[in-house]
Amino acid sequence: MSEQQWPLWEIFIRSKQGLDHKHAGSLHAADAQMAIENARDVYTRRMEGISIWVVESRHIHASNPDEASSFFDPANDKVYRHPTFYDLPDELKYM
Amino acid sequence: MSLQEFEKTFQDKVDQDIRIEPKDWMPDAYRKTLIRQISQHAHSEIVGMLPESNWITRAPTLKRKAILLAKVQDEAGHGLYLYSAAETMGTSRDELIGQLHSGKAKYSSIFNYPTLTWADMGAIGWLVDGAAIMNQVPLCRASYGPYARAMVRICKEESFHQRQGFEILLVLSRGSQAQRRMCQDAIDRWWWPSVMMFGPNDDASPHTAQSMQWKIKRFTNDELRQRFVDVCAEQVKILGMTLPDRDLVWNEEKKHYDFGPIDWEEFREVINGNGPCNKERLAARVKAHEEGAWVREAALAHAEKRK
Repeated sequence: MSEQQWPLWEIFIRSKQGLDHKHAGSLHAADAQMAIENARDVYTRRMEGISIWVVESRHIHASNPDEASSFFDPANDKVYRHPTFYDLPDELKYM
Repeated sequence: MSLQEFEKTFQDKVDQDIRIEPKDWMPDAYRKTLIRQISQHAHSEIVGMLPESNWITRAPTLKRKAILLAKVQDEAGHGLYLYSAAETMGTSRDELIGQLHSGKAKYSSIFNYPTLTWADMGAIGWLVDGAAIMNQVPLCRASYGPYARAMVRICKEESFHQRQGFEILLVLSRGSQAQRRMCQDAIDRWWWPSVMMFGPNDDASPHTAQSMQWKIKRFTNDELRQRFVDVCAEQVKILGMTLPDRDLVWNEEKKHYDFGPIDWEEFREVINGNGPCNKERLAARVKAHEEGAWVREAALAHAEKRK
């Protein structure tokens, strides 16, 4: 195939003021401006967003799912990081 | 880990309804089957725009025209969600489109039938989109994450498609003698092709068991077809119309409708490229792609220049 493909972009959408941008999907576009406009047409046809971020997919680095268990292991045995770990008397209020 | 261990871990996850994500290990056959299934669905959305776009310029009112435009635009969107989901499995958009254009990839046989009257827009929305929804709702729980997420978006949007179609028929069914005739004629022509949309009978569908084990199919073809017939047999009464099947009758014992035999010969002919519009549909897609080549190139050149 001689024709060059438009790069792939990942699309993040803020659905309303006060919320995070959330990954919505991906699409192809020649540049960032086109990616934003296409994202509007593809992902917000029913007012699903008020703000769009786009980033070229090749710029995303991800953790390796095959190593997930060892990678996330440090948090595994630290139940004392959660408030429910502490056994306190019922009389104690506002805590 | 050995291959068997990988496969076991994979199947355990699927059994526990833990979604498989793009970078997770998966069997080659799972990947291959899903790329085929998702891309066939994507192609169906894109080719599915053609029979309806035929009526955009001739819609009876401005309201109907705006609705039809929105519906066809949704279908383009659905195609894109699905192509993106397929691409996460390591195939490219060009490859997928190439397979459609060369005739290697299939799309739903329903779109090879012509749209002869305005009532066809109603029948397509009610029956064709109705059958599609029946198929798609269970796939929102498919085991592959990007696919399931695409299906959730699609199902949310598809409901409007079916309702606007039924409303078109409802208006016609309450209209003049000629409008009522047009309504019945559209139902007569679209009923059996819609029933065929669920694919071959279970005993002629060898991959069903594997697909169900992988949870990329959650009900069999015949289960979904029966559900569709049961629903439509009741809905058609509201239109005061009939479905073109003399054998359609409520079976009190089974609590389902019995229905007549399906013309599988016609189904095979259409799948194999000999339906009324197969050549026209593919030609339209190829023409659009080729005539759009300069736009794609120009956009890239423009992007390059602005860097």
